[in-house]
Amino acid sequence: MTMTQPLTADGVGASARRPDADAKVRGDFAYSSDLWHDAMAWGATVRSPHPHARVVSVDASAALALPGVHAGLTAADVPGVNRYGLEKRDQPVLAEDVVRYVGEPVAVVAADTPELARRAAGLVEVAYEPLPALTDPERALESPALHEGGNLVRHLRIRRGALARADVVVTGEYEVGMQDQAFLGPESCLAVPAEEGVELYCSTQWLHIDQDQLAGCLALPKEHVRLTLSGVGGAFGGREDLSVQAHACLLALRLGRPVKMSYGREESFAGHVHRHPARMRYEHGATRDGRLLYVKADILLDGGAYASTSAAVTGNAACFATGPYEVPAVEIDCRSVYTNNPPAGAMRGFGAVQVCFGHESQMDKLAAALGMDPVELRLRNAVSTGSTMATGQRVEGPAPVAELLRRVADRPLPPPAADDPRLLPGGTSNSTRADRLVRGVGYGLSVKNICKSAGYDDYGTARVRLFAHEGEAVAEVHTAAAEVGQGLVTVQAQIARTELEVARVTILPADTEVGDAGTSSASRQTWMSGGAVRAACLAVRARLLERAAALLGEPAGALTIGGGAVTSSARSITLAELLAEGDVDETAVFRHRFTEALDPETGQGDAHVAYAFAAHRAVVDVDPELGSVRVVEIACAQDVGRAINPVAVEGQMHGGIAQGLGLAVMEEIRLRDGRILNPSFTDYLIPTTMDMPPTVLDILELPRPDSPYGLTGVGEPPLLSAPAAIAAAIRDAVGPAAAAALDRIPMTPEAVATAVLDA
Amino acid sequence: MTQFLSAADLRHAIELKAAHPDATLIAGGTDVMVGLNFGHRQESRLIDISRVAELREWSRDGDTVRLGAGVPYTRIVEELGGELPGLARAARTIGSAQIRNRATVGGNLGTASPAGDALPPLLAARASVEVASSRGTRAVPAREFFTGPGRSVLETDEIVTSVRLPVAAGPQQFAKLGPRNAMVIAVASVALTLDPEHRRVGCSAGSAAPTPVAAAEAEEFAAAELDWTGGELPAPVLARFGGLVAGATSPIDDLRGSAGYRRHAVAVLARRTLTWAWQELWRS
Ligand SMILES: Cc1cc2nc3c(=O)[nH]c(=O)nc-3n(C[C@H](O)[C@H](O)[C@H](O)COP(=O)(O)OP(=O)(O)OC[C@H]3O[C@@H](n4cnc5c(N)ncnc54)[C@H](O)[C@@H]3O)c2cc1C
Repeated sequence: MTMTQPLTADGVGASARRPDADAKVRGDFAYSSDLWHDAMAWGATVRSPHPHARVVSVDASAALALPGVHAGLTAADVPGVNRYGLEKRDQPVLAEDVVRYVGEPVAVVAADTPELARRAAGLVEVAYEPLPALTDPERALESPALHEGGNLVRHLRIRRGALARADVVVTGEYEVGMQDQAFLGPESCLAVPAEEGVELYCSTQWLHIDQDQLAGCLALPKEHVRLTLSGVGGAFGGREDLSVQAHACLLALRLGRPVKMSYGREESFAGHVHRHPARMRYEHGATRDGRLLYVKADILLDGGAYASTSAAVTGNAACFATGPYEVPAVEIDCRSVYTNNPPAGAMRGFGAVQVCFGHESQMDKLAAALGMDPVELRLRNAVSTGSTMATGQRVEGPAPVAELLRRVADRPLPPPAADDPRLLPGGTSNSTRADRLVRGVGYGLSVKNICKSAGYDDYGTARVRLFAHEGEAVAEVHTAAAEVGQGLVTVQAQIARTELEVARVTILPADTEVGDAGTSSASRQTWMSGGAVRAACLAVRARLLERAAALLGEPAGALTIGGGAVTSSARSITLAELLAEGDVDETAVFRHRFTEALDPETGQGDAHVAYAFAAHRAVVDVDPELGSVRVVEIACAQDVGRAINPVAVEGQMHGGIAQGLGLAVMEEIRLRDGRILNPSFTDYLIPTTMDMPPTVLDILELPRPDSPYGLTGVGEPPLLSAPAAIAAAIRDAVGPAAAAALDRIPMTPEAVATAVLDA
Repeated sequence: MTQFLSAADLRHAIELKAAHPDATLIAGGTDVMVGLNFGHRQESRLIDISRVAELREWSRDGDTVRLGAGVPYTRIVEELGGELPGLARAARTIGSAQIRNRATVGGNLGTASPAGDALPPLLAARASVEVASSRGTRAVPAREFFTGPGRSVLETDEIVTSVRLPVAAGPQQFAKLGPRNAMVIAVASVALTLDPEHRRVGCSAGSAAPTPVAAAEAEEFAAAELDWTGGELPAPVLARFGGLVAGATSPIDDLRGSAGYRRHAVAVLARRTLTWAWQELWRS
């Protein structure tokens, strides 16, 4: 482990404080829902009540007859191509002749007040002719096509090695429900018509991909669609796809007036993609002494009505279907399909979360069949540097999987339950007592790719300007990278302080006036935009040294920067003096190493930039009669390469664990005939402080050879194996007979109680 | 636009309600505002009764507590744990601290949800609901107050002024089951009271029928079968008691739980609350 001291106060490695921390804690921080323009009108959306229907007619005349209602737009009003999408532009901005899911936007209206806009939306008359709805993904491939080309979004096969005869074989079928990102700041934006085109203030994960899609829909050159990031209230993948953006721009351009759109919680459930529900069939073969011989996996992902990122999620689910284990032979089939359910897309963990529940459930089952300790079985098969993954890719860089697992397993266990009601299942609802509980311990190991994969030419761009202000050098950093709450603005400033050794750094608002930063997802942004900021700083440094060399008459190589000055053996010149002849302004583009696409027949190839690993141990108390669960403690060990900001890393771990706990025991979007039954926080439950247990965090820093400062992305790993570990702990608590029926997450109290009763 | 009328005192509130029987009373607003925000209700007129002092008081008269309809749950927890332990226990399970600071028993009665957590303790304790209008006042037994989900015997011009409950004559329990450890709507709940002197048992279940229900048969069974001189609680008695309470319910399958699970949970919670109350009785 290397823990270099930060060179500069609040530089790389320091737990520098977020610039927006105080405002957020006080409630002063302006989120996109707080955007305001005195002249603005409000937009509202008319949505399909049908999972599948022909749109016969749309009539907005009753809405437009209301005083104060100014526009009612349909597909015919989309000036450009009425399609958007991250991988495939298959999703209409406003539905044309068909709607494919409940909640699909059909028309938008604008009015003087939000209440009026909502009323006007209710007055838009849409005539539908309902069509048979395809809501069971198992039936997708044999059902009439919802899109040209059929209902298969992607089928990825991975084949490696020959399936050998195994001493012990375990099979299992597992299911993961549809999880919502549940970011607390619903979709909102403000579109302002400009002399040329439109200016859009919005919360998003990736400004440039929004810009690209919007330009196509609006039939404007990209440079006439200018985006500025506004306060983002969480993202978790749910802001990768467009939501309000195109609608607000359409209305603003039509009216020649700023238009704001802002969803409420219920509409937000219809307004963004969700985590893919998954059905997984597994077969693991192993030797009697617990060495994996082969894994067969058949995975079906419900992609919902439009493609979004389904193809990439399919890729991830397939690539990580076997987990962080050495498996000589694999036979993996992963399919994503179109249905008339709400579209599924990116969510923290991106396909790896679902399969982690599958492969970890299998490892526990295998351990039980072998009569082996589940930790020991995992240790015996864990990958390490030099191992080969299912895709044939060699693991380069640190892979301390066994070490991570040992660390969580070696932690002392928390004391047994006491009769403090706040710590029992049910909390203060007084449904149980300590003597009615059973305790369980479970483990989860996980792996996921960091950065974009499969040949994608991914990069980040940063502009750094160094100038003198009041006799002091100030660095100004400008990127388009989205601060979504993860602390990127803090990290960018830390990097500039470290590289330029200046105390004062200003981070400009993220916008499209600077080059593409790529997305704030795939745990990539500190690596990619951090890398770009670093590269730009190094270019600024080089220019400074050149200037100093000329002034001092010494070769640049003989000079050092530090303490606000450039120094040679003989002389020194302050940065402010050097900058008197002009600012130093450099833009740099940073790329990670090249990856390749997977072979379409065998799924083999070096598709990933890097792997990140995490281990979880969950301790739970279960009330078997009622099925209620209290997670007592979660231990998580994660290798982060280098903690650029240790407190921010801990924050990611806490948040990831909470989100994983939610998926494990309560979070699920429930559907009937394609309709979301629980689009509110009354019935879509996310963990409260009474559900979140104490965490024990272990942050390893094994530097990577190929990333800025040796860092590894940290956003997703702490979620990945949390649900699997909690599920394993619940099974451990209720015993093997009941555990056999617990093959689905979230494991609700009813599911647990039913499994216990039936056992 | 919604007209907002603020009642200065109880007489004023009664007058306003008589003049505007279609208006909605708003006390803590924790149900009304949710309805408004979701657009589930479009109120033309709200009558705010949160400033009516008479509704925000409680008093004790011998063996009876008169609890004003507008006393928020936080105060019930803090001030009435001794007199009304069952209701105080239930109040503790409601919402979050912020909700408990605003929300009231009057509002729980007004909403008349089968999942209202303050309601089973009222039924178990055989409370009576006091109602006023310009036509006069009347008292309705809590067990006869509800007529269906969201429905009660309350007339459009009436206001719940208070609830009269007997001061606890013995241990009282309330237990609630939900799929989360706080801030959750009950999947099932049970309230139980013991009155050793009169050898009476009160028991009621929530979230398991169109209204909160009293388990009369179970109450009589337990009153007869319990060894009030201090004996053990025989397992068959417990089991039968749980079965009878569950038998008093008529749950449905819905998003929050299946009928079978609710019935099972009611039986479990009934057995547990009786056990805990019995233990408490003989511990003291
Ligand atoms: C986040 C959240 C969590 C919640 N958790 C729970 C929970 O755990 N358990 C639970 O039971 N409830 C819960 N609720 C619902 C709500 O808090 C309760 O029903 C509460 O008792 C309502 O009281 P209130 O004073 O806020 O009622 P209001 O919203 O003011 O009124 C509710 C209804 O009662 C009527 N009303 C109010 N006062 C009177 C009166 N004196 N006479 C006649 N009618 C009247 C109103 O007209 C209205 O129809 C929760 C609500 C929220 C928002």
